[in-house]
Amino acid sequence: MEKETKTVSIPASLYKQIEDAIRGAAGASVADFVTKAVREALEKGKKTEPEEVFSPEDEEKVKERLKALGYID
Amino acid sequence: MIQPHGGKLIDRVLKGVALEDAEIKAKTLPGIRLDAEQTSDIENIATGVFSPLEGFLGEKDFRSVLDKMRLTNGLAWTIPVVLAVDKKMADGFKIGGDIALLNPAGEPAAILHLTEKYGYDKNETAQKVFGTVDPAHPGVAKILNMPEVLLGGPLDLIRETPTPFQKYKLSPVETRKLFQDKGWSTVVGFQTRNTPHIGHEYVQKSALTLVDGLFINPVIGKKKKGDYRDEVILSSYEELIKNYYVPERTTMAILMMEMRYAGPREAIHHAVIRKNFGCSHIIIGRDHAGVGNYYAPFAAQEIFAEFPDIEITPLFFRSFFYCRKCGSVVSDKICPHGKEHQIQFRGTEIRDMLLRGEYPPAELVRPEVAKVIMDEKNPFND
Repeated sequence: MEKETKTVSIPASLYKQIEDAIRGAAGASVADFVTKAVREALEKGKKTEPEEVFSPEDEEKVKERLKALGYID
Repeated sequence: MIQPHGGKLIDRVLKGVALEDAEIKAKTLPGIRLDAEQTSDIENIATGVFSPLEGFLGEKDFRSVLDKMRLTNGLAWTIPVVLAVDKKMADGFKIGGDIALLNPAGEPAAILHLTEKYGYDKNETAQKVFGTVDPAHPGVAKILNMPEVLLGGPLDLIRETPTPFQKYKLSPVETRKLFQDKGWSTVVGFQTRNTPHIGHEYVQKSALTLVDGLFINPVIGKKKKGDYRDEVILSSYEELIKNYYVPERTTMAILMMEMRYAGPREAIHHAVIRKNFGCSHIIIGRDHAGVGNYYAPFAAQEIFAEFPDIEITPLFFRSFFYCRKCGSVVSDKICPHGKEHQIQFRGTEIRDMLLRGEYPPAELVRPEVAKVIMDEKNPFND
């Protein structure tokens, strides 16, 4: 766990919902819950970023083939 | 755009100096002559259609696919992609050595870096993949006739083997570029091994209303007797697209692969492949990839519940039919009328009509499509 932390605000009703959700889980805190959820959301976001990085040369080759086959103009 | 299965597209197609070296080396290596379907498998591995596979499955992955429908790394994978040889031939190969994989014309098509040789139980394999050991099932029959040793290891492709349908053969890199060029971020894939009838058109267009583009992806390769011949499937779709589809929203390319008829397991396999092609969605209909009565009608849809991590979104379609009272194609979910108003899309009946030289009614098959089939001397596999 990082030592340095910052404070963010969330709606009180959401805070209450989280408290209810983690009630009974030993050692769980609202801060831990939110940190974990945000980390997971950011990780998921990374996975949906476009992964294709064509070199200009490869991209041109692919484009030429698609053109030659009539798929693109 | 959706990520490939496992996060990156596999590219094991040799280029430049590595290709030149491999071409020379292949001539000195022991060789295995592949059939057309195995040749398709090696191309599918090397061009990323089967990402994340980099070669034929090793034993641990093979066992994991049979038992858990996942690779050992946890990724969904339901169909074993293997290379079987007889024991005598296997005994001649050294673990750690290279083997030239020859295409049906005898040309070196790839080099297999052999890491494993192992045996397998044919009945167990058939039972787990196909849910039956009945030799009348075409997939089971194939397993029962396979040689007894499986070879595992990564491979590198030397050359693609041309097909008569080259203009429709695109790699995942090319389909992804095509979708990007068309501005499609969501694409629905449609797997087919049939000529299209109005029911297929209904399903495709219904799905297309939800996404940016439609990718019609016929399976070209070995099929069972009585299935439509590949050239007929492609010609009939060309006519359908030309006459009834918005060209900016539809494209077609082939998938060179043998049908396994593994029903639910094959539905997952088809989904993974379309994900690699860049499809965000896939259409799964009734008895997808089924044959005979081996699978429950919606088993191929229900199995997706076991793969919440697969990322491509399946679009499930129920049985559909033409309702005379509705005056359109409908399903039991949206049509309140009785069976007496229904005209069913039964492939065998449509086939029989065509064989008799009769044009099916326009409610079932577009006349342009029917003409393509009727113009063929023999539209079906012998």
